[in-house]
Amino acid sequence: MTPLLLASTRATIPDLITFVVCAAVVLTGALGVVMSRNSVHAALSLVLTLFGVAVLFIEQDAQFLAAVQVIVYAGAIVVLFLFVIMFLGVDREENVAAEPLKGQRPLALVLVVIAATGIIFLAATSHWVTGAHAVAGSTTAGGHSNTYLLGRSVFTTYLWAFEITAGLLVIAVVGAVVLARRPSQVHEEPRDARPAAPGAGGPGDAAVASPPVAAAVAAGTGASGSTTDDGERRPVPAGVTGRAEDGMDERVTGS
Amino acid sequence: MLATTVIATPHIRYLAILPEIVLLGGGVVLLAVASLVRRQLRVRVGTLLTVAIAAGSLGVSLWQWADVTGRGGFTAIDHAVVVDGFSVLVNILVSCAVLLTALVADGYLLRERVGGAELQVLALVSASGAMIMGSANDLIVVFLGLEILSIALYVLAAFNSRREASGEAALKYFILGSFSSAVFVYGIALVYGATGSTNLAQIADFLSRNVLVHDGLLLAGLTLLLVGFSFKVAAVPFHMWTPDVYQGSPSPVTGFMAAVAKAGAFAAFLRVFLSSFGLLRADWRPVIYALAVVTLLVGAGLAVVQRDVKRMLAYSSINHAGFVLLGLQAATGRGASDALYYLFAYTFMVIGSFAVVSLIGRTGDVAHDLSTYRGLARRQPLLAVCFAVLLLAQAGAPFTTGLWAKLQVVLAAVDNGSVPLAVIAMASAALAAFFYLRLAVLMYSPAPASGGVLGEEEPGEQPVALTAGTVGPFRAGPAEQAMAEAQPQPVEELRAPAVRGARPVWAGTEQSVAVVDRLNAALLIDAETVTVDGETPASAAADQVGGDVERVEAPDPALVSKVPVPALSAVAIGLCVAVTVVFGFIPAPLVDFAHHATLLFVP
Repeated sequence: MTPLLLASTRATIPDLITFVVCAAVVLTGALGVVMSRNSVHAALSLVLTLFGVAVLFIEQDAQFLAAVQVIVYAGAIVVLFLFVIMFLGVDREENVAAEPLKGQRPLALVLVVIAATGIIFLAATSHWVTGAHAVAGSTTAGGHSNTYLLGRSVFTTYLWAFEITAGLLVIAVVGAVVLARRPSQVHEEPRDARPAAPGAGGPGDAAVASPPVAAAVAAGTGASGSTTDDGERRPVPAGVTGRAEDGMDERVTGS
Repeated sequence: MLATTVIATPHIRYLAILPEIVLLGGGVVLLAVASLVRRQLRVRVGTLLTVAIAAGSLGVSLWQWADVTGRGGFTAIDHAVVVDGFSVLVNILVSCAVLLTALVADGYLLRERVGGAELQVLALVSASGAMIMGSANDLIVVFLGLEILSIALYVLAAFNSRREASGEAALKYFILGSFSSAVFVYGIALVYGATGSTNLAQIADFLSRNVLVHDGLLLAGLTLLLVGFSFKVAAVPFHMWTPDVYQGSPSPVTGFMAAVAKAGAFAAFLRVFLSSFGLLRADWRPVIYALAVVTLLVGAGLAVVQRDVKRMLAYSSINHAGFVLLGLQAATGRGASDALYYLFAYTFMVIGSFAVVSLIGRTGDVAHDLSTYRGLARRQPLLAVCFAVLLLAQAGAPFTTGLWAKLQVVLAAVDNGSVPLAVIAMASAALAAFFYLRLAVLMYSPAPASGGVLGEEEPGEQPVALTAGTVGPFRAGPAEQAMAEAQPQPVEELRAPAVRGARPVWAGTEQSVAVVDRLNAALLIDAETVTVDGETPASAAADQVGGDVERVEAPDPALVSKVPVPALSAVAIGLCVAVTVVFGFIPAPLVDFAHHATLLFVP
C-alpha cells in the first residue's frame, strides 16, 4: 500500500510538483467560481479549473482527454456560459447579501469544516489506494495510443452508456423548446389576469399573483428572478421568526 | 499511431434493450408526428401514440418475462445491461406508469392548453431512463439512466409555464438534483478507485476475492452513492425538494414523478446495494435502518400538518419511501421482492391519486386545499369513492394492495431481526392513516354553509399547520424548511413566538385564511363580483387579497360546480382502482410475481 501521491509506480519528484501546482490551480479556480460576485469572473475562474484538470490529464498520459478538456470544456462550454451570461445581462446585480435563512452561512461554514476535516483526516491516516487495477487498463496499455484505447472502451465496455446519451440529447432539444416557449403564444386565458387564483395552498397563489416574469427565456431564469424578488420585497418585522412571518405575509396579503 | 487491430464490438442482444428502444424511439416518432398534425389534434394524437407506445413496451417487457422465465436472466452489451426478473418487473411497472400518465395527462393538457405532445415525449424519454436504471449492470449506466430520468423530470416540472410555481419547482428540483447527481458521480469515482471497476458484477467479484484492510475509500464511495440514491427516492435527510416539487409540478407529472422516479431509483438502489455491495451489508444496513426510521416518522408526521393535498401526498410519498427502505434494509431476496411489490402497488395508488387531484385542481391546477375536497362525495360520488379507495390503499387498509405491500415489508424486517424498525413502521402507518382518513372523511362530510373549515378540524394542529406546514414553503429556503421539518421540536418552538408575540396578527391571519377559502370557492364558480359579510380584519384582508374583487361573500360550497371528468382520466383512475382492489382481494398473483422476479435475480 502506498500513499496517495505515490500510487503510480512511475511517480517522481516532477510528477509531484506538477500535481501540487495543478491541484492549487484547480482549487483556486473552484474557489473563484463559488466566491466571485461577478458571474463573468466566475465563468472565467472555471476556465482555470478546467485547465488545471487538463494538465493533470497530461500528467496521467491521457493527452487526448486533455485536448478534449481544453477544446470542449474550456473552449466551447465556458464560451456558452459567457454567452448566456452576457445575453441575460451582465450588469444585473444579484443581491447575495440578503440572506433568506438566518444562520445559513455559519452553518454551511461549520459543515464545510467538518467535511474537509474528515477528508483530510482520511487522506492522512488511512491508505486510500487499494491497489486494484482499473479494468480499462493504463492509458497507454499495449503500446496503443490513448485515442485507440478510449475508442475501444467507448465501443465495447461502455457502448450502451455511450448510446444512451442520445436520450439526453433528445431531452435537451425537447426541453429547450418547452422551457423557451412563451405561455402567451399558446393560449390567452383571462383567468390568468386575476390577482388571486383559487387555492389557499400558499405558494400556488403567491406565484400566480406575482407579476409574470418578463420574457421568460427559460423557465429556470424566470423562476430564479422571482425568488429574489420575493426575498427583496418581503419585509421582516422584528419579533417574529422568519418562517412564521412568511406565512403571515402570504396569508394576509393573499398575494 | 495507427490502430492495426479491428475492435471486436460486443454482440448486442436487442431483446435486452427493446423496451428502452420502444420508449425512446417512440418518443422521437411522436415528436415528428405531433409536429405534422394540426394543433388542435396534437394532444389527442400524442395521447393515442403514447398509449400505443407504452402498450408496446409493456408487450415487449412481457416477452422479456417469457424469455427470462424460460431461459434465465442474462447480461448483454458487454455486461452493461442485465435482464432478469427484477429488471423485467421494473420495465413492466414503468410501462404501466407511462400508459396511465398518458391517459391522465390528456385531460390536463386539453384543459390547461399548455402545449402539444412535448409532455408525453418527455415522459417517454424519462421512463426509458427509469428502465435503464432498472436494468443497469454498470454504475456509469446507472448514472446515465438517473440523469435521463431526472433531467426530463426537471423539464416536466416546469411544463406549465403559466404557473410560476411550476418553474420554481423545476428550478429547485434542478439545482438540488444536479447537486445530488454530482455527489453520486463522486461516489462512483471513489468506488471505481477502490475496486477498479464500475461494473456491478465485477465490483461484487472483486469484493468477494479481496479483503480490503483499508476500506475507507470504498466506504466513502458507498456513502456518497447512498446519498445520491436517497435523494432520488426522497429519503428523509435528503427529502427537502419533495414537497415543493410535488406541489409545484403539474399534477399528472407529479403522479408520474412519484411513481417512475421512485421505481427507477429504488430499482438501481436495490440492485447496486444488494448485488455489488451485498458483502458489505454489515456496513450499510445500520445506515439504511436509521434512514428508514427518520423517513417513516418525518414523512408521516409532517403529512399530518399539511393543508395542501399535493403537499400532503408528497409527504406521504416520503413515508412510502421509508417502507420501501424497510425492504432494502432486510438485505435479503425476500426484502427485495417485497420492496418491488411495494413499488408496484404504490405506482397504481399514487398515479390514481394524483389523477384525482389533477381533476379537483381545476383549470390552473391550483385548487388543492383540503377544503376543496369537502363534500366531494355529494357532488361526485364515484370520484369520491375512487379517491377514497386509493387513499385507504395508501393507508394500508384491508382488501387493497396497500395492506399487502405494507405487511410484506414489515414481515421482511421482522424476519431479519429488525423488530424495532417494524414497530416504528407500524406506528408510522397508523399516523399516516390519520391524514388519509381525514381527507376521506372530509370528502364525505357535508359542505358547511360558511367558510369556517379550519376551526372545526383540528384546533391543536392548526397553528403548526399554518406556521410551518402549509404556508409559504416556496419562500422559505430548503435548509430552513429542513430544520423545521427534520425535528418536530423546532416547529413547536416556531409556533410559540408566533402565538405569544404576535397574537393579533395571528388572529387576523386565521380570519384571512377563511376569507381566502371563501374567495377560492367564489372564484371557482366564476362569480365576477362577490360580496363580503366578514368582519373588519377579514374585509381588510380581502381587499389585499384581490385588487379587483371588491366584496366577498361566503358562497355555499354546495354550489361549487362539479369538476369535469374527462373519459380518459376516468379510465386511468378506474384502472388504478381496479388494480388496487382486485390484487388487494387476490394478492397471490402479484406477490408471486414480485417474488418470482427476485428469484431470477442475476447477481
